[in-house]
Amino acid sequence: MYPSRFDYHRAASIEEAVQLLGSVEGAKLVSGGHSLIPAMKLRVAQPTALVDIGRIEGLSGISSDEDGLAIGALTTHAEVAASAAVKSACPGLAEAAAAIGDIQVRNRGTIGGSLAHNDPGADYPGAMLAFGAEITAVGSNGERTIAASDLFVDMFTTCLDETEVITGVRIPAARGTAYLKHRHPASSYAVVGVAARVATEGGDVSECAVGVNGVTGCAVLAGPVSESLCGRPANQDRIRTAAGRVGESLDGAVGDLYASAEFRVHLAEVHARRALAAAASRAG
Amino acid sequence: MGRYVGHSVKRREDPRFIQGKGRYVANLELHGMAHVAVKRSPYPHARVVGVDSSAAAAMDGVIAVFTGRDFADGGCGALPCGWLVPDTKVPERPVVVTDRVMHVGDSVAVVVAEDPYTASDAVEAIEVEYESLPSVVDARGTTDADAPQLHDGIEGNVSYYWKLGDSEACKQAFAEADETVELELVNQRLIPTAMEPRAAAASWDAASEEMTVWTTSQNPHPIRLLLSAFTLGIPESKLRVISPDVGGGFGSKIFHYPEEVIVPWVARQIGRPAKWVATRTESQMTDSHGRDHVTVARLAMKSDGTFTGLDVETWANQGAYLSTFAPLIPTALYITLLAGNYRTKGVFGRVHGTLTNTVPVDAYRGAGRPEAAYLVERLVDLAADRLGRDPLDLRKQNAIRKEEFPYQTPVAFLYDSGDYDRLMSTAAANADYDGMRRAQEEAREEGRLRGVGVVCCIEASGPAPSAVAGSLGSAVGFWESGEVRVHPTGQISVFTGSHTHGQGHETTLAQVVADELGVPLESVEVVHGDTGRINFGMGTYGSRSACVGGSALVRSAEKVRAKVVKIGAHLLEAAEEDVVYDRDAGRVHVKGSPDRAKAFGEIAFAAYTAHNLPEGVEPGLDFVSFYDPENFTFPASSHICEVEVCPETWQVRILRYVAVDDVGKVINPMIVEGQIQGGVVQGVGQALTETAGYAEDGSFLTGTMLEYAVPRADLLPGIEVDRIETPSPHNPLGVKGAGEMGTIAATPAVANAVLDALRPLGVKHVELPLTPERIWRAVRDAQSAAA
Repeated sequence: MYPSRFDYHRAASIEEAVQLLGSVEGAKLVSGGHSLIPAMKLRVAQPTALVDIGRIEGLSGISSDEDGLAIGALTTHAEVAASAAVKSACPGLAEAAAAIGDIQVRNRGTIGGSLAHNDPGADYPGAMLAFGAEITAVGSNGERTIAASDLFVDMFTTCLDETEVITGVRIPAARGTAYLKHRHPASSYAVVGVAARVATEGGDVSECAVGVNGVTGCAVLAGPVSESLCGRPANQDRIRTAAGRVGESLDGAVGDLYASAEFRVHLAEVHARRALAAAASRAG
Repeated sequence: MGRYVGHSVKRREDPRFIQGKGRYVANLELHGMAHVAVKRSPYPHARVVGVDSSAAAAMDGVIAVFTGRDFADGGCGALPCGWLVPDTKVPERPVVVTDRVMHVGDSVAVVVAEDPYTASDAVEAIEVEYESLPSVVDARGTTDADAPQLHDGIEGNVSYYWKLGDSEACKQAFAEADETVELELVNQRLIPTAMEPRAAAASWDAASEEMTVWTTSQNPHPIRLLLSAFTLGIPESKLRVISPDVGGGFGSKIFHYPEEVIVPWVARQIGRPAKWVATRTESQMTDSHGRDHVTVARLAMKSDGTFTGLDVETWANQGAYLSTFAPLIPTALYITLLAGNYRTKGVFGRVHGTLTNTVPVDAYRGAGRPEAAYLVERLVDLAADRLGRDPLDLRKQNAIRKEEFPYQTPVAFLYDSGDYDRLMSTAAANADYDGMRRAQEEAREEGRLRGVGVVCCIEASGPAPSAVAGSLGSAVGFWESGEVRVHPTGQISVFTGSHTHGQGHETTLAQVVADELGVPLESVEVVHGDTGRINFGMGTYGSRSACVGGSALVRSAEKVRAKVVKIGAHLLEAAEEDVVYDRDAGRVHVKGSPDRAKAFGEIAFAAYTAHNLPEGVEPGLDFVSFYDPENFTFPASSHICEVEVCPETWQVRILRYVAVDDVGKVINPMIVEGQIQGGVVQGVGQALTETAGYAEDGSFLTGTMLEYAVPRADLLPGIEVDRIETPSPHNPLGVKGAGEMGTIAATPAVANAVLDALRPLGVKHVELPLTPERIWRAVRDAQSAAA
């Protein structure tokens, strides 16, 4: 498990990181390193240089106001999972963070790194889609804000350009959120992960979103599930019927040695129903 | 029970392990040491058209690149197989291939470099031109007419065919049966997954022409023998093999591997010490794998439930080559166990040892015995289902009675001792079996899938009488050596041919010797794992170290005692028959006069000063014994597992796991409990999570821990362990093997529990591992068949 040769740069600021990404050929960003370094040890990834942003100050931490949460890119999964602010403003996000990998991964891995990597088995992407997250990134053309639905393009692919660095995530406050996953017994990646958000007005479902990761190459929003719940009170039967439509959004489901595409779609239905029920119950 | 034997003495080796002071091969740093890396085949089967190593050889820090031709021309012999049943056809296994790769991971070239990073870079820089050839990975499919022929002269890819039992009695049992049940199953391929990957290092002394090899082996002496006689050609007198601290083996470190030859050959070639350490991926794709059977079997019975016949045909995947003991596992360690714990008369089994384009398969914890137990115990549950009987009750009806021991089975073994009825009753009482069944009824009424799995399993441990092993195909003997060397101060060095790589021999063997001689545990040091210090040894596998290695030490201690008595009597000016050896106090005294005594240390000192020895007695106090067991020992177990299966995600949750084992007399209850627990976890791994996967095209799908699912702590609740003891009459300690019973019993216990849970849904069988998807599909199939 010896990686191929690479240079190492430690950026003291975002500006320096952006500048290094623009000037050093083949450079990759590293923060927690829990996706990139194992890939380098297997020589699946062979970057010629690393730009380490792990020690840049001011990129870590969670703040909240009545609109929602602002989470710095270097905030670890363990911090998100344990945060009282997150549990209160968006419990589903704390559940997604707590479901990632194992203790070591959660203590090192960062939210910005996970989003930029966009692994199909990652837990955050489905949650970001369902919870309506906005991602802030800084690049050579300055700062921009990206909707989660624009960020995730394809397997291991985002809309970020080569010099852009994620600096933070904003997530609207939503009590009615939940995340549930079926964990791969070896890797702990999501075989299926379902994030659900339900908001109610006067007893009727006013807003609903379901994000699914692990099933397809890139996390998706399950539109038909949401549509079939809105405008009426959520009850068990309606949730079951709605969750049964999750497969309509999962064309291109992929399988592996552990679980076929077909079984993943089945699990997605089960988890969508359970996640919707939990989210609806929290929404009140 | 002695002063030490029978007590949970804390493991003396643990302080160094838990403080990071263990000394493993990978820790070894030798002056001027070079690093070795191996170029491996990505193809399951291909002709090697050419190897271009020029770019690699030109890299800074690369010392040399060698190809298969260099090793063949440089005197490396093919890796031999040490167990050949009649008419075995052995495919040649070169250390590094010259013209054809036979499995993914087969070695093609070797890089030697100044550091492991450069060695890895150079491996990537080697260009190999392959011409892909058709491949086959399936144990039975490889015998199909349209399967590629893998080796010249090995027709149909069958290396051997072996059968045992009374086929006429078996036929008659089926002809006269009231009921029969049939089962076709796969016992899936597993990766042994020791914590420490394999490693080898070597140092050549050009002046003395002596080679020292460090290797992660469970048996350094047989490795020295194979290196000397077959692969490296250095005389045993000039070859020292050291197996220092080793982080687990589970069987996979018994065998002679190519890298053990490559590294010393390189060290001699370049005149510098060399070292190779496997990556985890190399371990997963080149350590010998376990299991991999396809079996068709049927059980005949009378309407009252009496088992009368068992007919088994198995295709055992041996991989691309025959690993060191490969043919032993599905023959003399599998077919011989098919009688299980039952009185079935007409048992007949046959096995086809087949060759494929996969990693060689050899012993993995349990080795043949788990395959037999899983098959027999599944059939018994199917029989109970067919007859409408309680599975525990049916087992008790057919179990060998305690008064029938020694019990001759129809498949060669003579079981030594046991009390299977008490074993099962104890398990049932500990589990509250009736309460479990009531809870199951209630759960079913609520629509929950609750299951209870019960098994009664047998193991043959402590191989083996050498003459019997020889008659069954072994090229070596299976005795063990044990030397007890008393130093002049009375301190004792114990030299054992057994090897500890997690078992705790430094504690348990010291307990045995300290009690035999009546000396403090602290004065006994156990030495193992070094051919330069131990005269010879057969090593550790098959749960043999206490049975065979411990017995050798008892024999040597007896010889020490006899000489101590002789010298002690002389010093006490008494006749030999008038003194006694007091094993509680560690001294010799005159009968009836405990005050007229000589302490063990005094007598040891006298043996070395030799100022006043009895006539004809040589100085010194050092004895070695070579103990050849008169039979295997036969541990048994009854385990009960309670599960619930989620009817939506189809995940299995183990609610309780109750184990009752009979491993004979116990030297250290804490260590035995740990062995049972660890074994159970590995057996549950086979039942629920583990499978070494090959795609149909021969590519290997489980090369990392991202894909290969070893069990995690949260897979199991606390394991409730208990024992009964029926001492083995076949060794002086009365012990039976304890290392593998848990693994053997756990797989069928969990499988029976899950299938019991699924019974209301009409599911009769699901292949291992019982993943949610496999269960989901089985339920769906059963429901559509019922519709």
